[in-house]
Amino acid sequence: MSPAATLRRPTFWLIVAVALVFALAPLSGNNVELREDLLLAAIYIILAANLNLMIGYAGYVNFGNIVFFGLGGYLCVWLVNSHGWPLLAAALSAGVAVSFLALLFGLGILRLRGAYFALATIGVNEGVKAFVANFTPWGGATGIYLSIEAYQPLGGAAQALWIIYFLLVAVMALSLLLSYGIKTSKFGLGLLAIGQNEDAAAVLGVPTPRYKALVYSASAFLPAIAGALFFFKSAFIQPDDAFDLVLSTEAIVVVMLGGQGTVVGPALGAFLYEELRSTLLTAQAFSNFQLVIAGVLLLVIVLFVPGGLMGWIHRRWPRTKRVLE
Amino acid sequence: MKRFCLIAAASLCFAASAFAEELTIGFTVSQTGALNLDSVAQLHGFEMWRDDVNAAGGINAGGKRYMVKFVSYDDQSQGGRVQQLYTRLIVQDKAQFLFSPYSSGLVATATVISEQYGKLMMSIGGAEGKTYQLGNKYLFQTYTPADHYLSGAIELLKSQNPGAKIALVYSDDPFSKAVAVAAREQAKQAGMQIVLDESYPPAQTDFSAIINKVVSSGADTLLGGGHYPDGATLARQLHDQKANLKWVTLLVAPDSPQFASLGDAATGVSVPSQWAPQVTYKPDFGPTPAEFAQRFQAKYGIAAGYHAAGGYAGGLLFQHAIEKAGSIDPAKVAAELNKMNVTTLWGATKFSTDPKSHGLQLAHQMVLTQWQMKDGKLVKEVVWPDIAETAPVKFPYR
Amino acid sequence: MFGILASIVDGVLVGSVYGLAAMGLTLIWGVMNVINLSHGAMIVAGMFGLFYLTSALAAPAYAALPPVLVAGFGIGVSLYWISVHRMIGRPPLMSLLATFAVNMVLIGLGTAVWGTVLFNVPVTLPGITWHGYTFTGTHIMAAVLTSVIAGLLYLFLYRTRPGKAIRAVAGNREAAELNGIPTTQVLALAFGLGVALACVSGALIATLFPFTVLSGTAYQLKSFVVTVLGGLGNPAGALFGGVALGLLEGLMTPFMPVSWTTVVEFVVFVIVLIAYPGGLFNFHRRS
Repeated sequence: MSPAATLRRPTFWLIVAVALVFALAPLSGNNVELREDLLLAAIYIILAANLNLMIGYAGYVNFGNIVFFGLGGYLCVWLVNSHGWPLLAAALSAGVAVSFLALLFGLGILRLRGAYFALATIGVNEGVKAFVANFTPWGGATGIYLSIEAYQPLGGAAQALWIIYFLLVAVMALSLLLSYGIKTSKFGLGLLAIGQNEDAAAVLGVPTPRYKALVYSASAFLPAIAGALFFFKSAFIQPDDAFDLVLSTEAIVVVMLGGQGTVVGPALGAFLYEELRSTLLTAQAFSNFQLVIAGVLLLVIVLFVPGGLMGWIHRRWPRTKRVLE
Repeated sequence: MKRFCLIAAASLCFAASAFAEELTIGFTVSQTGALNLDSVAQLHGFEMWRDDVNAAGGINAGGKRYMVKFVSYDDQSQGGRVQQLYTRLIVQDKAQFLFSPYSSGLVATATVISEQYGKLMMSIGGAEGKTYQLGNKYLFQTYTPADHYLSGAIELLKSQNPGAKIALVYSDDPFSKAVAVAAREQAKQAGMQIVLDESYPPAQTDFSAIINKVVSSGADTLLGGGHYPDGATLARQLHDQKANLKWVTLLVAPDSPQFASLGDAATGVSVPSQWAPQVTYKPDFGPTPAEFAQRFQAKYGIAAGYHAAGGYAGGLLFQHAIEKAGSIDPAKVAAELNKMNVTTLWGATKFSTDPKSHGLQLAHQMVLTQWQMKDGKLVKEVVWPDIAETAPVKFPYR
Repeated sequence: MFGILASIVDGVLVGSVYGLAAMGLTLIWGVMNVINLSHGAMIVAGMFGLFYLTSALAAPAYAALPPVLVAGFGIGVSLYWISVHRMIGRPPLMSLLATFAVNMVLIGLGTAVWGTVLFNVPVTLPGITWHGYTFTGTHIMAAVLTSVIAGLLYLFLYRTRPGKAIRAVAGNREAAELNGIPTTQVLALAFGLGVALACVSGALIATLFPFTVLSGTAYQLKSFVVTVLGGLGNPAGALFGGVALGLLEGLMTPFMPVSWTTVVEFVVFVIVLIAYPGGLFNFHRRS
């Protein structure tokens, strides 16, 4: 789609509006509480929007999607800690490096279909986690700690937290725009064809191996940068937190909940899920209950409403299909 | 007249507490998860201190009285939740002072938040020294640093078994690794051999492969462990697999009263302890060790271990600093803590003021306790150092 | 020398139990093309089953195994009707997600009820000591019982009517239906059997090691590795895969830090998935 045409579509402006709200809302009144809340929501949106490229478009379930997030975090924290790199350079390099690694891994596991592929991604995540836990230059199982001085180049801890937040909002906007841009392009069309029926797509001339590798790599880039920023903010990274299979599966639930294959769906699902989770975070008896609720939601969606929230909205009000993609 | 005075006194106290403000202390507890047992023991220590302080009318800061209020959440023994919860404690619950979570790994993540927001944190249960070398300003350590945990056992071995062949088997977490690194050095300097050096994932439940390696290595001493779940499991499987050892010292786990439930598997196992009920420190303020142990037992129905004592001491140290500073201003309280050089039921306390290791504990000493059979029951006896000894050491351990 | 042998023997003993755990997973896959991602939760259910039967009823541990097996079967059949029935014939992604959702619900509920405290079923049996190395009685017993159960499964699948019906449906569902086999009931039966195997393997594991509500994930991952090694859909392969994995672990541990064995396992897992998707022990080539 040409740039001019893109600017005319409502979805584009919706994404911009959401990003602006995320950026400006906590700023008014220096609302740190809101910022922390929205930061986590942004992380879920980033993970979900990029995962959607694989699940929703190409039809490949990446159970171990969190491996990109974790590797991005490790690379960035390691570059900043051991080599004194500035944050932006470290985060961008992490993104590029992880995309490249994804391309390499992808060449191997993308030949697998369906459930085999899903299992392989779990294997990759667990294997990388186990490897990093033994890898001494990266701190092994105890991980890497960043000294508080790492925040000095950004103007001290308090200011650094704001800067990181804005960067994450930007990454979130980029994730949604990427998702939208791909969907409305020829590449996206090819992916959707692969998702429908891979063999038919191949017969019809879609270069399936290349497209699959490209989307797998693309779906790694922004989560890696998000991981880089997130773990820099936490000043601490260790294998169990970086390659957390629970977060990985929450991303899948969010994509299905919001509506796989749509642009707005994953964002909506992510936002709702994060609100649910933070409400339950401190509820004494139910602190892990979000998993039960998420599980029930997922079951209901898979059994009865495979299109998720957006799918239901599109069916109920067909007009919205043109506005909310 | 007497009754009038009594009523007057009572109403003054009442008035004082009615006019007292609240001081909010925030922290997380591992109510669930692997660290649950030790963390909750620490919580009991906190609560007992809070109840004692509030019963006496609250903390007296320069004439103003503050009743202590706790706000706490369950961190589920996971680092991932700690940062979110501490941020909430500071930003939403407006905690004025903080206690750390339990265990070095969680303390490290919590400290990031407390330093980012400039809040004072008393670290209890965080022995790893690395956390204090990252340039903090407001973190204070009550525990003896991890480096010293196994020095007692090694000292003891020097006299009982100078040519000891040591197997270091420890959990892959920041605390246990720090202990192991230091122990390696200390053993080498004492002229002992390290014949096996293996770490295991903290969630490990199958130690048979490692124990086979211990047997293969010809070791006669095992030092290591981690926290309660893996320590208890390792002790049990060592017993089942008859690893032919003369001495076993495990970290943390054997200190808990629950360890005795392992029966035969617990006999003779020793543990480096930050504190034991039998110590005879003479406190500058607060209860004596014996008073504390007795009241704790009466209140909670279980014996006090070092985690509980540490919790109580942490609160006591905060209280003392605030009262000396005469205010609850963080900078003033920090200044008092930096100057502090006192003895409490916990032992000696002095914090490092070197910016490269601020808050590191310099004065506190550890003891080594061993589970021994006494009149048919398992009890913990202090076997090192000599001045604190309550029973002679049993070597070989069984 | 003896150390390596001891390590291998121990690895094989424990590995066989992993093989049993994987047999349930692979049976379900082979019959109805569904990868049961609530497998881990079922293993944990078996563990808790054993715990409560031994503590509440003071039954000796091994006597509690048959009730666990039967209860597991019942749970499996119910789970089939709740979540899997509608998924048959749909894209595999949907069944993956459905069983996955069930897993989340069960583990979430389990955590709410039991927290993440460590549970232990104390079982002591005299072991065998050989050249300084002890093979605990529990390990030996677990391997023996695994063989017994595997043998019973074989007899069931090859010598009984329902068993043959299961194999027929696994081979070709339409042909089986045309022959008058009530396929839906057979599918429910197979699912129940698979879950029963998972539960009883969980109970056996509980006699060896302590467990928490979250232990299931680790054993589920091990089951994946074993299943892939043995070939999805091949119960005999799963047993051999478990033994092979145990053998591999036993061979590795004397020579490298124990924490590296997990890395090797997953590398092997991914390689076998890519290069030998039919598994290493596929004696009956399935189409």
